Amino acid sequence: MCLGIPGQIVRIDDEENLLATVDVCGVRRKVNIACIVEDGEPIAACIGVWVLVHVGFAMARIDEDEAIETLRMLEELAEMQDELRAMSEPDPAQAAE
Amino acid sequence: MKYIDEFRDRAKAETLVVEINRLIEKIAPPAPLAIMEVCGGHTHSIFRYGIEGMLPPEIELVHGPGCPVCVLPMGRIDDCLAIADRSEVILTTFGDAMRVPGSRGSLLQAKAAGADIRMVYSPMDALALARKNPDRELVFFGLGFETTMPSTALTVLQAEREGIRNFSVFCNHITIVPTIKAILDSPGLHIDAFLGPGHVSMVTGISPYHFIADYYRRPFVIAGFEPLDVLQSIWMVLKQIAEGRCQVENQYGRVVPEKGNIPALAAVARVYELREFFEWRGLGSIDQSGVRFREEYAAFDAERKFTVPNVKVADPSVCQCGEVLKGAIKPWQCRVFGTACTPENPLGALMVSSEGACAAYFQYGGVPKRVPEHA
Repeated sequence: MCLGIPGQIVRIDDEENLLATVDVCGVRRKVNIACIVEDGEPIAACIGVWVLVHVGFAMARIDEDEAIETLRMLEELAEMQDELRAMSEPDPAQAAE
Repeated sequence: MKYIDEFRDRAKAETLVVEINRLIEKIAPPAPLAIMEVCGGHTHSIFRYGIEGMLPPEIELVHGPGCPVCVLPMGRIDDCLAIADRSEVILTTFGDAMRVPGSRGSLLQAKAAGADIRMVYSPMDALALARKNPDRELVFFGLGFETTMPSTALTVLQAEREGIRNFSVFCNHITIVPTIKAILDSPGLHIDAFLGPGHVSMVTGISPYHFIADYYRRPFVIAGFEPLDVLQSIWMVLKQIAEGRCQVENQYGRVVPEKGNIPALAAVARVYELREFFEWRGLGSIDQSGVRFREEYAAFDAERKFTVPNVKVADPSVCQCGEVLKGAIKPWQCRVFGTACTPENPLGALMVSSEGACAAYFQYGGVPKRVPEHA
């Protein structure tokens, strides 16, 4: 019940009641988007937006930049580890002597 | 799947495990560090991906009380069954809640015995059934933390707008912060740090947790649910410990905004008020840990619309759910784990939901190779 699933808004079905169709891995379902509509923005602007769906409600917009940032940080960590590993290996020039 | 697959990458997980080990070496804790994942969703991920097995023995994951199905007391299930017994009622709820045992059986058993009980995916589906059946009383058994609270509130507001009179909610929504506080105040229970509930925080924002870092001096990292999220959050917790910091940090920035979800919080504030206390299975009564409908929404409150027995029922005496919920014992150390209590025939609520610690241990074969020492 508490596990949300990412999906993409593909169509606005009912502007008054804030209902939209969300595509979740090819499965389409009508969800309520009242919690992710931004003030002063036309509802149609929600089309294409990625959201986290919980029990029929879009509860958060997924922030692409934040997702990329998290993964980038992990990549940096991996690069640092590679570097440290390379540093701790014996120097081939010395080994040849 | 976008936003899922990239957070299950094995190489990145291995990188994090190396960093976790490096930090543990640096911290060199005299006793294993107890890190509690508050949310049942994390418990599920930890078992599903075998995360415990990737961690050094100096880290002990303690599975917290954050499974709303698991902490529902038997008395509330009995009250729900009393409502479902009425011939005019169609009772609806989420699948997870169907098998929770009350003192005279579960909703699933009552359904088999003839009560009109239906499983729905969303409270909006329950409202649709109310529209379709104007001559029946539609009751939605609403439960969950702040994650699902707004969906019930918005459904009630929608019913109000449409003037639907045959729809009400048996409200069992609960709130996580008083419960974390109760755990921190619990004598003899030591938790070093927390993985914070990602989806509750997406609604509440991060400000409700500051007291845990500022007053109780425990690191608190709000975590996502994919394996990399959980591992990275553990790494962030260890980094705080290694650097002598206690802060609220947000690993799950792609979903959790600092301020939470403003429209969701507005709907919650409009519809609900705090109860003086709420009864939790295994944990007892916790002050201000549940919500009920405000007077203005009394017409949608099933507890006021129908009389419920409201009887307190003690858990079966063999069950040790309370001790497991508080992290005092591991699920497999319970005297009925896997014998009298299984996912098919759960005695205790922790065996019911896939987010419950006992069901997770049972399903994913979680009896560990190393046995934590107990004083």
